[in-house]
Amino acid sequence: MSMEKELEQRIEKIQKGGKQKYHDSNAEKGKLFARERINLLFDSHEILEDGLFANALAEDLPADGVITVTGKINGQTVCAMANDSTVKAGSWGQRTVEKILRIQETAERLEVPMIYLVDSAGARITDQIDMFPGRRGAGRIFYNQIKLSGRVPQVCILFGPSAAGGAYIPAFCDIVIMVDGNASMYLGSPRMAEKVIGEKVSLEEMGGAKMHCTTSGVGDVLVDTEEEAIQFTQKYLTYFPANFREKPKQIAPVEPKTFDKPISEIIPENQNAAFNMYDLIDRTIDEGSFCEIKKRFAPELITGLARIDGRSIGIIANQPRVKGGVLFTDSADKAAKFIQLCDAFEIPLLFLTDVPGFMIGTRVEKQGIIRHGAKMLFAMSEVTVPKISVIVRKAYGAGLYAMSGPAFDPDCCLAFPNAQIAVMGPEAAVNAVEANKIAKLPEEERAAYIQEKQAAYKENIDIYRLASEMIIDDIINPDQLRQALISRFSVYQNKNKQFTERKHGVYPV
Amino acid sequence: MEIKASMAGNVWKITVQQGEAVEEGQDVVILESMKMEIPIASEEKGVLKEWKVQEGDFVNEGDTIAIVE
Repeated sequence: MSMEKELEQRIEKIQKGGKQKYHDSNAEKGKLFARERINLLFDSHEILEDGLFANALAEDLPADGVITVTGKINGQTVCAMANDSTVKAGSWGQRTVEKILRIQETAERLEVPMIYLVDSAGARITDQIDMFPGRRGAGRIFYNQIKLSGRVPQVCILFGPSAAGGAYIPAFCDIVIMVDGNASMYLGSPRMAEKVIGEKVSLEEMGGAKMHCTTSGVGDVLVDTEEEAIQFTQKYLTYFPANFREKPKQIAPVEPKTFDKPISEIIPENQNAAFNMYDLIDRTIDEGSFCEIKKRFAPELITGLARIDGRSIGIIANQPRVKGGVLFTDSADKAAKFIQLCDAFEIPLLFLTDVPGFMIGTRVEKQGIIRHGAKMLFAMSEVTVPKISVIVRKAYGAGLYAMSGPAFDPDCCLAFPNAQIAVMGPEAAVNAVEANKIAKLPEEERAAYIQEKQAAYKENIDIYRLASEMIIDDIINPDQLRQALISRFSVYQNKNKQFTERKHGVYPV
Repeated sequence: MEIKASMAGNVWKITVQQGEAVEEGQDVVILESMKMEIPIASEEKGVLKEWKVQEGDFVNEGDTIAIVE
């Protein structure tokens, strides 16, 4: 055989991955071959692969179970790794780990996004001394991820399991996309849980995609198919620059979708009635530009990437339709991470505020709502990107602070004409201050007295008074919100700010 | 299917009577909490079989409010 022919045959064999029966069982579950995933993700087939021959002398370990490549997505150079679950269930040996480390180091040198296509059973226990504890062991993958965090975007798509130590790959990514039914994350499998702690539980219940995207918040985006996961990743990356030194690209602007009712007609006058914040978002942003993160987790707070006038922004919005838009421990965590993500990659922030405050009561105090809320305030304060705060309807208590109120150095704080800013709402305030007096009044006089006190309170916190005191910077017509945001984000884009000089803050985690 | 309270609060208004049909996503009860109206929707289409609460009751997060079949 000629030397060229031999090379060709060897390459062909490796590129086929593991045994056919594993390809078949994957196909039954709707899972694509790792190389197909890569081909779908990248712009063309011009993909540079290193380490194809890793462990080539072992008969059954083509590429040592991981494919590491550099290619282009949306014209932007990107590095990626993809576990091949047809090779020993995508488990990690010494060369698997070394390949992942090298592609991470390439992403670091080139300062380009790093994508993790995860589908792996975890460590090859038979190889543990070679791949687990050492300086170039699996721990180094996480160390590299942490070093890359905030330097370049890191995205994880979970196509299958991500078990034990491997579950930390998604944990250190900016975003985790999970394919429903196949993706899972867990430190110990259900089998192990039964043996070690006596718990009987299914994989789906303990570490399935729905659970993680709804309850634990370790997953960010739930999708039905692998193709959908890949399309989401391609769209997500369009909002980001290649690294922290650059700014996101501005694209051609698109007008918002048109609706019969303008913003001024969708917000109920009654401060206590629910309305759907998505209706306001849709009327403000470029049509089709909303890319929501953590939609199913803590839905009382909406976080998502969007475009206004073709410019990437991050939206943090209270959702009065869910739990009254009250902030909870999970919503505060969700906000903190999203704010950090946007700030790291120069994506300006828009806060849409309609918040009755942080939740009170025994349950949330036991959960540590004070320290969770502190995280949100911490992240929001440290931001150096442009940030605009819009008081849509109300901002009560620490809710005002968490949503980038005036004291937290927003570039501007705008309010709609019916907005209320106060320590608490009129009902609660009158009750707090006047409770004893009300109790002493004859029954028939109480209602009138309460009404009078509430009216006086409302006058005291009237938005024109707050504007007169220069607490807010402007009162705007709700139907001119988009225009105001276009002008202001355009003006603030060259903002130059350093938060403060220090090594780093002491985070209230 | 059980409809559960999304947060602690008072049952302010029941908007669907026992035996009535409900659509997926239809609000069946409004809680009052943190001075806000908190609508709670049925996650599935069905018939409201049983109310577990009355207007004015306090419910904690996760408490069952009604059964839909």
